[in-house]
Amino acid sequence: MSALAAATRATVLALVVALAAPLAVTPSLGALTPQELLDDPALEERARQISAGLRCLVCQNQSIDDSNAPLARDLRLLVRERLLAGDSDEDVIAFVVARYGEYVLLSPRFGLNTLILWGAPVAFLLLGGLIALAVFRRKSADVATAKPLSDDEKARLSKLLQDDQ
Amino acid sequence: MIPETGHFALILALVVALVQSSVPLVGVRRGDVALMRTAVTGALAQFVFVSLAFALLVAAYVQSDFSVVNVYENSHTAKPLVYKITGVWGNHEGSLVLWILILTLFGALVALFGGNLPERLRATVLAVQSWVAVAFLLFVLFTSNPFLRLDPAPAEGRDLNPILQDIGLAIHPPLLYAGYVGFSIAFSFAVAALILGRIDAAWARWVRPWTLLAWMFLTVGISIGSYWAYYELGWGGWWFWDPVENASFMPWLLGTALLHSAIVMEKREALKVWTILLAILTFSLSLLGTFLVRSGVLTSVHAFATDPTRGLVILIILLVFTGGALALFAMRMQTLRQGGLFAPISREGSLVFNNLILTAACGVVLVGTLYPLALEAINGEKISVGAPFFNATFGPLMLPLLLAVPFGPMLAWKRGDLYASTQRLFAAIVLAAVGGLAILWWQEGAPVLAVIGVTLALWLMAGAAAEISFRVKLFRAPLPESFRRAVNLPRSAWGTALAHAGVGITVLGVVTVTAFETEDIRVMNPGDSAEAAGYTVTFDGAAPHLGPNYRDIVGHFVIRKDGVIVGEADPAKRVYIASGQPTTEAGIITRGFSQVYVTLGDPQQDGGFAVTIYYKPLVTLIWLGTIVMFIAGAISLSDRRLRVGAPKRARATKASKTDPVPAE
Repeated sequence: MSALAAATRATVLALVVALAAPLAVTPSLGALTPQELLDDPALEERARQISAGLRCLVCQNQSIDDSNAPLARDLRLLVRERLLAGDSDEDVIAFVVARYGEYVLLSPRFGLNTLILWGAPVAFLLLGGLIALAVFRRKSADVATAKPLSDDEKARLSKLLQDDQ
Repeated sequence: MIPETGHFALILALVVALVQSSVPLVGVRRGDVALMRTAVTGALAQFVFVSLAFALLVAAYVQSDFSVVNVYENSHTAKPLVYKITGVWGNHEGSLVLWILILTLFGALVALFGGNLPERLRATVLAVQSWVAVAFLLFVLFTSNPFLRLDPAPAEGRDLNPILQDIGLAIHPPLLYAGYVGFSIAFSFAVAALILGRIDAAWARWVRPWTLLAWMFLTVGISIGSYWAYYELGWGGWWFWDPVENASFMPWLLGTALLHSAIVMEKREALKVWTILLAILTFSLSLLGTFLVRSGVLTSVHAFATDPTRGLVILIILLVFTGGALALFAMRMQTLRQGGLFAPISREGSLVFNNLILTAACGVVLVGTLYPLALEAINGEKISVGAPFFNATFGPLMLPLLLAVPFGPMLAWKRGDLYASTQRLFAAIVLAAVGGLAILWWQEGAPVLAVIGVTLALWLMAGAAAEISFRVKLFRAPLPESFRRAVNLPRSAWGTALAHAGVGITVLGVVTVTAFETEDIRVMNPGDSAEAAGYTVTFDGAAPHLGPNYRDIVGHFVIRKDGVIVGEADPAKRVYIASGQPTTEAGIITRGFSQVYVTLGDPQQDGGFAVTIYYKPLVTLIWLGTIVMFIAGAISLSDRRLRVGAPKRARATKASKTDPVPAE
């Protein structure tokens, strides 16, 4: 329950306002401003891709690309700075994670702690597939081994049918 | 007096609900029809009392009665009337009353239109439905009373969150609730069937129309929420994989699976265990959604004001209902094993495949939504699971399902012929392939995923058309004959085809806007023009403007194509006076199915403005597809054999229909 309470507190701190719809608390308007754009379109495109995967830490659930919070802007500028300095995409992400922690990644890295998360699609498919297979098998087995009712079973059946009426 | 009367009406509703949740069951046990029928009166009375409470709460809002805490906290005298009314459900307490209103509405509908149900089943269903109502009425009366008074009454209210002051709030929550609270009926039917121990094809026939109705509303409810976010948030995103969006999407995924598995149960008496389980789980996910939104355990871009005790109460409700239903299910499971046989390649097999994928997809969304919470509880590690994760997992999961959709209705029951089905779908396959190639030719170097997506979307639409044309023997029989067959085709067959085509339409919109959207972020001075996908967007300037309860700066843009004016857009930056909160109003011009989307940003030092211009090709198809699905559901619902009031023994008359084409 303590984690629940902690999460609740964090949420309250993060200024959750009563909302009923899929809407941001602080609406972001074209978060990215013209001044931030890099001159090199290829580099800018990379910056956008990276930004879409990084979480705005003070927002509810937005990427820094979508948020107009000052911190998101700082991070966007940081990403572009690193790109201009010649970093690869991985370098930039590693740099940001080193500073802000794994929490900043909207798609967590595959690892021991995210095994269940990333394994979920395969696990669900396998589990469901196995159940379906077992059902099919049993059904065909039922047909193959179906025997006529014994006298005992017939008696039980007629009793059941009478009960039902 | 008005608030007290409303409060009293809720208490009366609770009393009725308590009676309704017990007396009819005594009647069922004793075989006393009079006692069973109290459920019908009870359901109607409950609905009347909750409606009265709701109407009185609306009245308090309309009169701006700030002596009521809830009104003071969420309203303002300067607010336009429509937002005073919609503000009723823009907060926790009021929306909970709406939640209960819809719960009791569905109960009342079953009471009114469930005349074809066996007396015992109807009484039990209504009693179970009433258990849910008791839980939520207790919750609202003891922790979330919307009628609490304030003394002395403040002169002015605190106003509703500005983003909620939109027509979206008027329609999105009621439809959404009608959807996911509507699944309570499927739950009540499942629990009632388990209690009575009679689970057969007839049960599936009775529960299907209700499930379909809830599903239709949930579909458009989610869709309208998506469109609202799209135009209100100012960057044209339409789905964010936000926890609260996921909370409404999970019941949709399982509800869709339920619709399909109930078909198998009705036609072939198979998948009974599974269908009952789905009915229980679908509503459990609705309850889980209610918990997630109102407890504040998840950081979401939209959640209700949070109070841990309220969260705890909903959690208890969730555990009691889900746990109780599942325990009952486990007890009865052994008694409902048998069912019709079928080969893996068959209509049933395809519906099992549908259920496999939809359930797995729902599981992935569930795990992704709750994972950060669970991990933090276990070892304190904080991670995020956002859109990139869901796009990477949900998308690939859905691909095989979408690919399989057109085959399903083409396969025969029990044992299908995949080769023959492929032949019947040949025209659709060719059409989809040509469409995919056309994209490659039209957009050189188009992303592979876009080509696959467009092909898939066309495949879904053409597949639906192929199904209908196969059934009416188009071009294989004389045209009048085909026409006669089309008229005689069961409406549910039309509904199926149309719904599948609707999925294709939505997929097409999603793929084209994701792959081919253009975005132009720039500074514009009055008189400047910019190009966007063949349109010329000219900025005429911006001027301040005063609204009823806000101030804004409105930009004026003229959009031309080949020098001819095709539309004008007036995006605005708005500040609400009471709260000081800023919002954005996008300027949107719809051309065909595509849109030019303009937003106005901050003023610049040189007198210009930051402006973002998007071109969103075929974006409206995303939502139009869901409307097609809604209409498809309505057509299916009007099918004589599915109609709620249809005669009990409709099954017996089916044989007299000479149509050799299998239904559904």
